[in-house]
Amino acid sequence: MSRFELQHITRRFPTVTALDDVSFSFADGEFFVLLGPTGAGKTTTLRIIAGLEKQDGGSILLDGQNIDSHTPAERDVAFVFQQYSLYPTMTVYDNLAFPLRSPMRKTPEPEIKKKVEDAAEKLRITQLLKRKTAQLSGGEMQRVAIGRAIVREPRLFLMDEPLSNLDAKLREALRVELKHLQKTQGSTTLFVTHDQIEALTMADRIAVLNEGRIVQQGTPDDIYDKPGTTFVAQLVGTPKINLLQAARQDGTVRVADSGLSVPAPKLPLPASFLLGIRPEDIRPDPKGAFTAKVVLIEPLGVETILHLRSGSLPIVGLVPGMAAQKTGEEIRFDIVQEKLHYFGTDGMRIVGDAL
Amino acid sequence: MATIELRKVEKKFGDSHAVKPLDLTIGDGEFVVLLGPSGCGKTTTLRMISGLETVTTGTILLNGKEVTWNHPSERDMAFVFQFYALYSHLSVRQNIAFPLQAQGMKRVDIDRRVKEVVDILRIPHLLRSRPGKLSGGDQQRVALARALVRRPSAFLMDEPLGALDAELRESMRAEIKNLHIAQHATTVYVTHDQVEAMAMGDRIVVMSKAEVQQVGTPMEVYYNPSNLFVARFIGSPGMNLVKGRVSRESVIIGDCGKSPLPAGWNASLARSLDGLDEVLMGFRPEAARVSANGPFGGEVYSTDMHGAYTVLHVRICGDEIVHIRSDRQTSYPMGTPVRFDLDPDMVRFFDPRTEAAIRREAT
Repeated sequence: MSRFELQHITRRFPTVTALDDVSFSFADGEFFVLLGPTGAGKTTTLRIIAGLEKQDGGSILLDGQNIDSHTPAERDVAFVFQQYSLYPTMTVYDNLAFPLRSPMRKTPEPEIKKKVEDAAEKLRITQLLKRKTAQLSGGEMQRVAIGRAIVREPRLFLMDEPLSNLDAKLREALRVELKHLQKTQGSTTLFVTHDQIEALTMADRIAVLNEGRIVQQGTPDDIYDKPGTTFVAQLVGTPKINLLQAARQDGTVRVADSGLSVPAPKLPLPASFLLGIRPEDIRPDPKGAFTAKVVLIEPLGVETILHLRSGSLPIVGLVPGMAAQKTGEEIRFDIVQEKLHYFGTDGMRIVGDAL
Repeated sequence: MATIELRKVEKKFGDSHAVKPLDLTIGDGEFVVLLGPSGCGKTTTLRMISGLETVTTGTILLNGKEVTWNHPSERDMAFVFQFYALYSHLSVRQNIAFPLQAQGMKRVDIDRRVKEVVDILRIPHLLRSRPGKLSGGDQQRVALARALVRRPSAFLMDEPLGALDAELRESMRAEIKNLHIAQHATTVYVTHDQVEAMAMGDRIVVMSKAEVQQVGTPMEVYYNPSNLFVARFIGSPGMNLVKGRVSRESVIIGDCGKSPLPAGWNASLARSLDGLDEVLMGFRPEAARVSANGPFGGEVYSTDMHGAYTVLHVRICGDEIVHIRSDRQTSYPMGTPVRFDLDPDMVRFFDPRTEAAIRREAT
């Protein structure tokens, strides 16, 4: 069993603080995703866990034991990068066998054969074992790179944007494979990405990182349904959440520049704040309480994005299938009121007082 | 304003085809997207339209007049690239004015035209800036302004959003479409991103391996793909395609289920398959619905939470994975047995030998 715990990790560079008091932990068998934009500190975090870089403050614990002084080899983690870093002149088999043949391990060849074949089968690359890696497609190379990490049976997989060099279709397919593999193997994985879809679809839990700080931690459901800040709310979900200037007036929430209003929730709302509405919670309905003009329609097949204008306020809606609405048309719609989000002007989610 | 017509336009490099003979007519004010994976010939096609690339054979007409061998500058089309190709030593204003100055236009006229386009693109505040100081989105707006200021007869855009991050790409997508609605200029737009193609195109030309696979509206390529390539390429995830057998009354998917043959297919299946009973059945992820009494069954391989919805990946018949779009209400742990049914109107069939779609008889 291995449980990694980061306690108050800080990492400073001459001009920036890359990580500022970062704490989180993940348990054995968990798929944990660090999500954040470029420069948030995701890769630095991975490198510190691997022991490739030293933190300036804080500690890393493995099963309760401090491992700050452990070398990368002693930490027994396997890295999978965006770049595949395979040996191009070697066969797939030899690439997979490589870590097992290292002088530190000296695994017997029959055992290597078994492990390589097992990994190849799990990743569906058995038919490629005799090929040179230079002849493979990007998706195949990334499978081999993942396979090379798997054969080592490390304590922890560290994956740094491993899918971001692949085209959309391959990324989609490998996402499903990787998640299935992780669940069937029960391997502990820390996965870094800037892609919110990867985070939502793969993670057991997500930590959102921004400018070196953890902004929120939780399950994909928590992050999507109860974003703690406007930053998180805008980071997850496509199209992006509508964030609308609103004010409280006699028990009613009124949205500026539009006819939108909803009954005030039982929350400690200040006089003015931001109302968040996810696009899918805008529901066109001929008997709806609100009106808007359809400005632009983006049909995506499975769903349609409606760009609306209510009063002078632009809002974005998302409806299933090919929309019946037409550009320029006036439509009526409702809002799913139990799914609204409220944020203070400081960007923090407004939550009810604990009773 | 312009109509563009390609007649048997072909491009060969040595013996290999970059673009096989292609016929396409782009109407005045139409937004046509050339869509396909890298190397499919879409950019070469665009470059032949612009005159930056010569054709091997075939004819290109602009407003009914042949321009096949005209110099790019004689075609009056504006090119917008993925990389903005702005002059870094000039201000935004000078960048936008550049094509007009090159034409020798008078200062007052240039000023008026520049003001017009920066207002449309909402970048008047950037006029004095240098391009290098701008965000990717603003640089692309400047590049669009420089194309727009010429009032060309057509816009040719080569992956103009390819270098932007996902969030910006989404908002710029809507901006370009709005611009097109306002200006109504004939536009040919190249992308490898099917979401972009669906969202923006009046019509989509799907290309693969130097060949046009289908020309159609977003609705047509999504609901009635012409072949397996289009069925897989359009949609995220793409269309589910499973091996099956058909008889007069039913469709049987291996040992994982059998359902009545949807109405309207019997005669065309019999005609197309000509005695063969193997077929590929296609259905979009939203055409399947989890239902305890559904005719097909499998077990959950993996599930994806996408925020607004969930995608179930279900393993059927041992080795095939089908994708089913579902709401987020129910959770489906890995290995859970599930049954599902299909919306009969959304079932499609393909001939496994030719990979072509079999068309349902008109009803």
